[in-house]
Amino acid sequence: MALIDLANPTRFLAFSARALPWLIAVTVILLLVGLQQSVMAPDDYQQGATVKIMFIHVPNAWLSMFVWGVMSIAALGTLVWRHPLADVAAKAAAPLGAAFTFLALVTGSLWGRPMWGTYWEWDARLTSVLILFLMYLGLMVLWRAVEDPSRAARAAAILTLVGAINLPIIKFSVDWWNTLHQGASVLRMGGPTLDRSYLIPLLIMAIAFSLLFITLHIAAMRNEILRRRVRSLQLLQASRQPT
Amino acid sequence: MSFAMLGPYAAFIVWSYAIVTVVVLALIGWVVSDYRRQQAILRDLDAKGITRRSGREAA
Repeated sequence: MALIDLANPTRFLAFSARALPWLIAVTVILLLVGLQQSVMAPDDYQQGATVKIMFIHVPNAWLSMFVWGVMSIAALGTLVWRHPLADVAAKAAAPLGAAFTFLALVTGSLWGRPMWGTYWEWDARLTSVLILFLMYLGLMVLWRAVEDPSRAARAAAILTLVGAINLPIIKFSVDWWNTLHQGASVLRMGGPTLDRSYLIPLLIMAIAFSLLFITLHIAAMRNEILRRRVRSLQLLQASRQPT
Repeated sequence: MSFAMLGPYAAFIVWSYAIVTVVVLALIGWVVSDYRRQQAILRDLDAKGITRRSGREAA
């Protein structure tokens, strides 16, 4: 099956029904392996056991930006190609992105208190991620507020593309400004600075959480397709009722 | 691994993992319950004879 064939919602439903059980199985296995590796990772010489928070904070922080990236590609699909699944993909991703961003903020805060002596600091990295979280919430409100689905899709797509400006700001905030948050230690020029005993569990957890997102996203897209079918059938039912 | 082995900041570590677990389980629960709700509405509409054109053709 060519990838373009999945543009048809009915074909997407059939394909995803076959793919989901495999995705769930691989995600669960990787999450269990990642958690086991995280628990077994040695204490850091400076941070002690609090370094274990990194194994859940970093994957959520990575996903907070990755999900907006996925939504930005979907926004292009809505505005440029009018792809039938583009708005479905973006709308289904938004609550997941909001949840991962919330988790990045909360776990970062719980890591920051023992390491920095404060739960929160209005520095460039933390503030730009908080703005990302508020943008996710704003998009979800927008989809609910605009009744006409095609108008809502276009408005949300434009807002998503405008919001994508925040992604490089988040990524490079630690380089551009003097922040309390540490600089990049994995995705950086010159390779990761993390020791293998931390890097391997972190990469496993990052892949596991990415698969968790893909699995939940496909399931949420299926729900959104069904919701749109329900809406069109309810409109059909209303049109048949005698006035 | 015991709570004491996590050192003086054990509560911060345990809370972090607990909150992530709760939110991930909530996301899974939301997706599953939403699917069941949409399927139930579709079944109800189908029982009333309100079906998609492609569904009628197939029937």
